[in-house]
Amino acid sequence: MATVAVPIERENYLNKEYGVASWLFTTDHKRIALLYLLSITFFFFIGGFFALLIRLELLTPAGDLVQADTYNKLFTMHGQVMVFFFLIPAVPAVLGNFLIPLMIGAKDLAFPRINLLSWYLYIIGGLFMMYTIVNGGVDTGWTFYTPLSTQFLDTHVVAAALAIFIAGFSSILTGLNFIVTIHRMRAPGMTWSRLPLFVWANYATAIIQVLGTPVLAITLMLVALERIFRLGIFNPQMGGDPLLFQHLFWFYSHPAVYIMILPGMGVVSEIVTCFTRKRIFGYRFMAVALIAIAVLGFLVWAHHMFIAGISLYSALAFSLLSYFVAVPSAIKVFNWTATMYKGSVSFDTPMLYALGFIGLFTMGGLTGLFLAALGIDVHVTDTYFVIAHFHYIMVGGMVIAYLAGIHFWWPKISGRMYPEFWGKLAAMIIFVGFNLTFFPQFVLGYMGMPRRYWQYSPEFQVLNVLSTAGATILAVGYVLPMVYLLWSMRYGKLADANPWDAAGLEWTTSSPPTTFNFDETPVVTWEAYNYDELDAPKEVPLER
Amino acid sequence: MFENLPLWPVRASSTAGSVDALYIFLLTLCGVMCIGIFTMIAVFAIRYRRSAGNRAEPIEGSTALELTWTFIPLGIFIFIFVWSAAIFFRERTPPKDSTEVYTVAKQWMWKFQHIEGQREINELHVPVGRDVRMIMTSQDVIHSFYVPAFRIKQDVLPGRYTTAWFRATKPGTYHLFCAEYCGTMHSGMVGDVVVMEPAQYQTWLSGGAAAGSLSNTGQGLFQSLGCSTCHRLDTQGRGPNLTGVFGKPVLLEDGRTVTADENYVRESILSPTAKVVSGFKPIMPPFQGIVSEEQLNALVAYVKSLSAQPSGAAGTPNLKPPPGETPSTTQ
Repeated sequence: MATVAVPIERENYLNKEYGVASWLFTTDHKRIALLYLLSITFFFFIGGFFALLIRLELLTPAGDLVQADTYNKLFTMHGQVMVFFFLIPAVPAVLGNFLIPLMIGAKDLAFPRINLLSWYLYIIGGLFMMYTIVNGGVDTGWTFYTPLSTQFLDTHVVAAALAIFIAGFSSILTGLNFIVTIHRMRAPGMTWSRLPLFVWANYATAIIQVLGTPVLAITLMLVALERIFRLGIFNPQMGGDPLLFQHLFWFYSHPAVYIMILPGMGVVSEIVTCFTRKRIFGYRFMAVALIAIAVLGFLVWAHHMFIAGISLYSALAFSLLSYFVAVPSAIKVFNWTATMYKGSVSFDTPMLYALGFIGLFTMGGLTGLFLAALGIDVHVTDTYFVIAHFHYIMVGGMVIAYLAGIHFWWPKISGRMYPEFWGKLAAMIIFVGFNLTFFPQFVLGYMGMPRRYWQYSPEFQVLNVLSTAGATILAVGYVLPMVYLLWSMRYGKLADANPWDAAGLEWTTSSPPTTFNFDETPVVTWEAYNYDELDAPKEVPLER
Repeated sequence: MFENLPLWPVRASSTAGSVDALYIFLLTLCGVMCIGIFTMIAVFAIRYRRSAGNRAEPIEGSTALELTWTFIPLGIFIFIFVWSAAIFFRERTPPKDSTEVYTVAKQWMWKFQHIEGQREINELHVPVGRDVRMIMTSQDVIHSFYVPAFRIKQDVLPGRYTTAWFRATKPGTYHLFCAEYCGTMHSGMVGDVVVMEPAQYQTWLSGGAAAGSLSNTGQGLFQSLGCSTCHRLDTQGRGPNLTGVFGKPVLLEDGRTVTADENYVRESILSPTAKVVSGFKPIMPPFQGIVSEEQLNALVAYVKSLSAQPSGAAGTPNLKPPPGETPSTTQ
């Protein structure tokens, strides 16, 4: 890739102003995205540290590394930190924030100050989470099931609930901002059918964030009220219903899975098209599938509760609906694959991650078919099968997609190229480490090892050792990008405006962009992913 | 370490085989899907890798293909749904003549009460070949009754009964796990299900020092708690006569009709005003906090025994039934 020497002195969003205040009071969506990048990375490594301790404890069947209560706190806080403080904000708040205005040809999001507010809310929520962690933690499980959480634990349940409650508003405001921005701020000619799928994906995500998150807020509020004032909302002895909690919790937390995966699907669509030099196969179906997932995702929550005591017929209904939501996911996998057909495929780091995503998401999705199957779910729910399944979606899917996106847009974000060799190496290490960590857990689950077990029966040990070995490899894979991306900010090759020759408005402006993104408002006259047109006239025989 | 590496759980119940069959079908189906997709990706990646002469061909998509890969998966999914629902339906429909075991879960142990009167903790003895229905409740948080070898799992909730049933097919000792996180020693809330040959099981039953059957205990409580002063069995007292009530529809004061199942009896003891029988006044005091979960189970077993059909239906024929009742097994 030819590096056109962009004079580094050229004013951009990074060097326009200096000093802490210029960051903490910025309303530039790109700077806010970087604030998010820093904060979610911090929480990712905290959550990852908990995961590593969990895996170390599980090396041996006996509970010998940490106390039972400590172990319970570790998996609780691993879940809470990763879900609410890393996965949910990861792609939307970092990449979405950075890219949506650039991709639709806008100067900023519709409400720049609200955008900053949502970062502050995230930080306040994060401080409550840190308070919880530092003061001895919480051991409800990330799911806060009642009546355990409301009547039987004396850890920092209210502080943790408050942390998530506050972070939830950050998520709502980000979603609201995206919806308004995508409706109102598209450049002339940027019609809905020309939007990059990344924008569609974040739009679908934003709908869930706005409609779903308030329900989580209410639910956690009820947990706090029941704890503080001894109300009987979920307490059966006072006429309450513990299943009501589960319905409310999963009404948000199942759609939240799609908050975590839809933006990743958007990232992969951008990358697969770029590195195959193709239009996306079936653009319209891809966009509709995103919205279909967001809508159907609201109708399947009770598939987390097949054995929880719901009626036979509601279990049947939710099982069937769960199969319906699998259809649009399948469509997406087929379309990504078909996009590669007769393409011109290259294997830079983002593409390696994207291919890894397709494979791992496929496995995560297919194992979802097992869990939606009532007769099998009875046996494997609440076992390591479930753990493996959702890590294939959330880590194999979302984290991989996030890393794919970070590498793909790193030149745009930082103005520098990451080192390609190290990028590829880390991608391989993560792929191997991930599979070694989580594949054995499918087997463990079918054998019957329940989740959240501090000590376990000896016949499960070999597979647990494999899993722990995988986790250490995975950890190395995560530290590498952290190191070389930081390195590249100073020493990386300077990136030109469009190092990948990619389609998309974000590549038409300089790297890094100026504060207001475009010198002139762009006018769009082409469809998304017009790689055939981009590649056609030039016919440059030089090496890429 | 490697001698401890079985990769498939023991199959020891009548439903385990059908669950495994569907699981193997899904493994095959999904294995084929995975290999298919991964092969396509690999072939495309190699065949169309970037090289000097290779230009991408513009392809917009194909509605026919899209519809194909929408509706074929949908058809397959519905097939899986129907198959799995059939298994689930069986798992949730206990056979008529099941033996019943009352279960109280608590942090962090399992307590079992056999209708014959035996009580066990963290160990459950059952005979091979008999349908066993677990009637379960929790005295604190939510637990989950999980026997991997039987492929059954059912959450156990405070404040209500949930049920599960199985028919063990192979003698042996199997894991019993709590599968719903329940606090500090969740992973210690484990036990054994001991499946015995019927003859052995009879020996085990008669070996215990059980003080009469569970419904017998219930009958004693029915007297000592004063239930019998209003719920008379010879005539209609101030409360309904409970003979023959269990399993039948009951007309309530507000016009609704409910079936008198275990949960109804349980609720009527703990908070009697919740569902008042038509023609009676809400005068019964609540027993919430007065009777323990085990006592409640005994009372429920007793009320059921008042509706038991004449002996011969099922149950334990070689046990002497208390006067005037057979061990209740009917609903």
